[in-house]
Amino acid sequence: MTVLASALDETSAAYAANAEAMIVKLAEIEAEQAKALAGGGPRYVERHRARGKLGVRERIELLLDPDSPFLELSPLAAWGTEFAVGASIVTGIGVVEGTECLISGSDPTVRGGTSNPWTVRKSFRAHDIALANRLPVISLVESGGADLPTQKEIFIPGGRTFRDLTRLSAAGIPTIAIVFGNSTAGGAYLPGMSDHVVMIEKRSKVFLGGPPLVKMATGEESDEESLGGAQMHARTSGLADYLAADEQDAIRIGRRIVARLNWRKHGPRPVAPPAPPRYDPGQLLGIVPPDLRIPFDPREVIARVVDDSDFDEFKPAYGTSLVTGWANVHGYPVGILANARGILFSAESQKAAQFIQLANQADTPLIFLHNTTGYMVGSQYEQAGIIKHGAMMINAVSNSAVPHISILMGASYGAGHYGMCGRAYDPRFLFAWPSAKSAVMGPAQLAGVLSIVSRAAAQAAGRPFDEDADAAMKEAVAAQIEAESLPMFLSGRIYDDGIIDPRDTRTVLGLCLSVVHGAPVRGTAGYGVFRM
Amino acid sequence: MLSRVLVANRGEIARRVFRTCRQLGLSTVAVYSDADRGSPHVAEADVAVRLPGAAAADTYLRADVLIDAARRSGADAVHPGYGFLSENAAFARAVQQAGLTWIGPPPAAIEAMASKIESKRLMAAAGVPVLPELSPDALTEADLPVLIKASAGGGGRGMRVVRTMAELPAGLAAARSEAAAAFGDPAVFCEPYLEAGRHVEVQIMADAYGTVWTVGERECSIQRRHQKIIEEAPSPLAQRIPGLRARLTEAARAAAFAVGYRNAGTAEFLADDTGQFFFLEMNTRLQVEHPVTECTTGLDLVALQLQVAAGLPLAATPPEVTGHAIEARLYAEDPAAGWQPQSGTLHRFEVPGVLAEFAVHGLPRYGLRLDSGVADGSDVGTRYDPMLAKVICWAPDRVQAAAALAGALARSRIHGLITNRDLLVRVLRHPAFLAGQTDTGFLDRHGLDHLAAPLAAGQAGELSALAAALADAAGRQVRARVLGGLPSGWRNLPSEFQRKEYAQAGGQGWTTSRYRASYRIERGALLVEGRDDIRLVSMSPDLVELDIAGLLYRFQIAAYPGLTCVDSALGPVALRPVGRFAVAAGQAVTGSLLAPMPGVVARIGVAAGDQVLAGQPLLWLEAMKMEHVISAPAAGIVAELPVSAGQQVVVGAVLAVVKPQEDAGVKVENAQ
Repeated sequence: MTVLASALDETSAAYAANAEAMIVKLAEIEAEQAKALAGGGPRYVERHRARGKLGVRERIELLLDPDSPFLELSPLAAWGTEFAVGASIVTGIGVVEGTECLISGSDPTVRGGTSNPWTVRKSFRAHDIALANRLPVISLVESGGADLPTQKEIFIPGGRTFRDLTRLSAAGIPTIAIVFGNSTAGGAYLPGMSDHVVMIEKRSKVFLGGPPLVKMATGEESDEESLGGAQMHARTSGLADYLAADEQDAIRIGRRIVARLNWRKHGPRPVAPPAPPRYDPGQLLGIVPPDLRIPFDPREVIARVVDDSDFDEFKPAYGTSLVTGWANVHGYPVGILANARGILFSAESQKAAQFIQLANQADTPLIFLHNTTGYMVGSQYEQAGIIKHGAMMINAVSNSAVPHISILMGASYGAGHYGMCGRAYDPRFLFAWPSAKSAVMGPAQLAGVLSIVSRAAAQAAGRPFDEDADAAMKEAVAAQIEAESLPMFLSGRIYDDGIIDPRDTRTVLGLCLSVVHGAPVRGTAGYGVFRM
Repeated sequence: MLSRVLVANRGEIARRVFRTCRQLGLSTVAVYSDADRGSPHVAEADVAVRLPGAAAADTYLRADVLIDAARRSGADAVHPGYGFLSENAAFARAVQQAGLTWIGPPPAAIEAMASKIESKRLMAAAGVPVLPELSPDALTEADLPVLIKASAGGGGRGMRVVRTMAELPAGLAAARSEAAAAFGDPAVFCEPYLEAGRHVEVQIMADAYGTVWTVGERECSIQRRHQKIIEEAPSPLAQRIPGLRARLTEAARAAAFAVGYRNAGTAEFLADDTGQFFFLEMNTRLQVEHPVTECTTGLDLVALQLQVAAGLPLAATPPEVTGHAIEARLYAEDPAAGWQPQSGTLHRFEVPGVLAEFAVHGLPRYGLRLDSGVADGSDVGTRYDPMLAKVICWAPDRVQAAAALAGALARSRIHGLITNRDLLVRVLRHPAFLAGQTDTGFLDRHGLDHLAAPLAAGQAGELSALAAALADAAGRQVRARVLGGLPSGWRNLPSEFQRKEYAQAGGQGWTTSRYRASYRIERGALLVEGRDDIRLVSMSPDLVELDIAGLLYRFQIAAYPGLTCVDSALGPVALRPVGRFAVAAGQAVTGSLLAPMPGVVARIGVAAGDQVLAGQPLLWLEAMKMEHVISAPAAGIVAELPVSAGQQVVVGAVLAVVKPQEDAGVKVENAQ
């Protein structure tokens, strides 16, 4: 074993400054998360409770095994949009009867649990995770259907919801719907497309058209109970497999369904018992400097994340701006790629490509710890083939078939974001630290580039160049890019799976690694043509 | 010389005799009823003989079966223990006639002492003070209060105090039937009842050569329903009244000589605070409470019994008494519920600091002795005596012995059964007990409201429930099929508390409290809903350490199916986990009863408006050569009955509507 040494000085001024900055950012994020937790606000929460109903998080807590963990996904979805933070739905991964499940539940206190464009995107992301990792899906249904004013953003793409459910089923992944309230019109296909359906006496309402619509369509006088009540579906239509007496009973039945799934994970089990790191994960607060121009040693992070701080580094003397090596996290073997000094040169790119191939040979999942400003630019590097080498790395990442997990610790700029398995490269999970920033390039650089381009255009046209306007433009663009590269913005657009407290990194990785082993873990048989 | 001893008994006394036999190199034979197959005394003997059946009358009370067992197992001596046939002269005689050695007094002596009435006459003649015998039929108001006693047998069985003439007939009838059931003899008699009497007794050991020892006295005044629960040596009363010990000793010797006594026996007296005393009876066997004498004298009374039975002489004089010993009898019974015997599995039985079990040659030093008939996992039934064990403490003086014994009992881990443990501790710690103010009215005078109250009081239940919940959380991590290595209950967005509910499994006489443990753990720190003075120090499936308002408490937790026992300095707490979900009694769909298939209504058993029970047949439907019964799904009223006999019905037709009496489904509390 090779135990990492740590040079972190908890008493240093730098540590204190880093930690303080991180705690401020964490508090900001916590304030935003609190909005998601608050649902539709006290008035609607009260009203919901007054009807004798449980909140969506109470339903989830009751569904989960006692004292088991729950990772909520995309909690800040819709942040920065006109819709409520959280997008009126809760999705996450938790343990039900010893089985990791993907759980989604609409929050009926937020505009009646209606789906808006972000709700739809958030649930798509959850279904993607379920399919890729073979997680049984449990939907806690109570939704007023589509948010009609934004139907144009929902109706056409939203059809995927039902396609996903049956494709999950076709892939042998069980889908369970517990209907707590309305699930009408298109929503009726949620139970309709699920393998297992639980309905609740006097609560569930599942029909394609309600009494007014039926009256309009055919002139038939009807009531909700006969059109789609739980009794009717349990006794007459057969849409309900189980009739529950109340919400608790429905959740109990849901748990029993999972208990009887006879579920087996397809990936290997951990190879060793988990061993805590030798260094305090609490110190992860003080590693990343608030000014991302200052690099930090990712080994300090690795030493606080991997089992026993035991890390065998690959090619430590070659391409030293990227750290690569092997470790276990919660007993699962992993390969880790971590940016050390931001820039990726040719050597780093080639090292990464080789390391990714090795991981695929050994069926070992990969973890990417981002702090990159991108691939090196300049004539010397262009002439040395930085494009070819960057392409090798991106080729390797793109075609690698072992599970990838990305953590954005600091910068994740430019093609470096791609090479380090950014969102478009389908990592199984991608989380950001509050200190992360991601954009095509740094805000100042981007503003500077725009300024140079417009100055050149003015020159070419023989126009005078307005220096004041340029300065104002630079400032405005830099501010906009800065805002749009922050993790809350990216999280709001569901470009990550959530912002995590750095101290939780090991826990989140442990949970995600266990989840990715639900599917077979097998390396690729082939890559694209490597341009040598 | 003896070589193989059969003990015609069970439980702790069988183990006690075996222990001495082993020490002396004698082989041992146990007998066991079908109910006792798994008992420790069976496992400890060299050979065990099954007594078919479970009732005492079919097993431990069957002289013929026991003697046959001795023959078959090659035993050459029989020790009767106490209870059962120990004072049965016919059995003693049968043993001797079978050519076996009887480890006990001569049958004639047993016979002479067997009838309490006869024995009192004999003692009076020998100059021993006795209470006047009153004829039940000639009682007057002036005689009250009186005690009704069974003529046969020992112990408190059949005894009843009568304080008014009105109570007399019922008291007599009850005493007679109890005496008949216990001893096969309904004869009873009355004697004056001393309200504040003290039970003092003298241990006798006599050989065949005229040596009669009295080895100290014992006091056994703390009694419940005339059964001793705390016994001690020496007697606080004899300590206090000059000359009383000598007079008691003299009376006991006179009693022994009067019947030509041999082997171990006990003369029991009723004394009062003035020092006057009366002969009650002589127990012609080893007493339950003999360990207090053994502790204070260093004698092994069972070894002496074997020695005398083998025809060997005693030494000229017994050893001196040193220190003070107190014995507490631990019973599986609920003092607050009329001493109701308890049955079930004793999951765990652990008395801390025991220096010796059944130790007989004197403890190496002052300390704790345990004579137990049970072990972890023992099944305790109500078929035999509900005594689980005797805990004995020997110390330089009485107060020290009481304190150490109370402490050991309080810290004992007794899981699965309600016992009188808390009562014993409260008595041993009671100022009146410590002051030596002990008499047979102790429990009545000080009251069960206080004495039988659980040791765990105040916050004990709430905090123990929290500790149980945390231990459960730790256990779930260990057992988890997935993600067991993650922090317990981890959330990236903490919002709710983990909620667990427990019902306190206390005695019947106490209100059953419910406790809700609502907590979550964030980065190793415990958050408890509604409290901010609790800090988590450590948690594991069997130990939780909490800092409560600056004081560190250790909670030891043991979880069994449906039962979690928490032991701490706050007192023992037994909890029943309440499942998160109520389990529906059945998925009976109420309301309309529809035809499950097309058919003809064959018969109708009810009429509209009838009251029906759940499951009651309403009508019969004939289809495809089979008759299907349509029954009421729940109790209620037949609201509609739209079909008639002979009517053809289609599938789904409404056959009947039963309006349930209670709209909500009946639910049963259960786990998970």
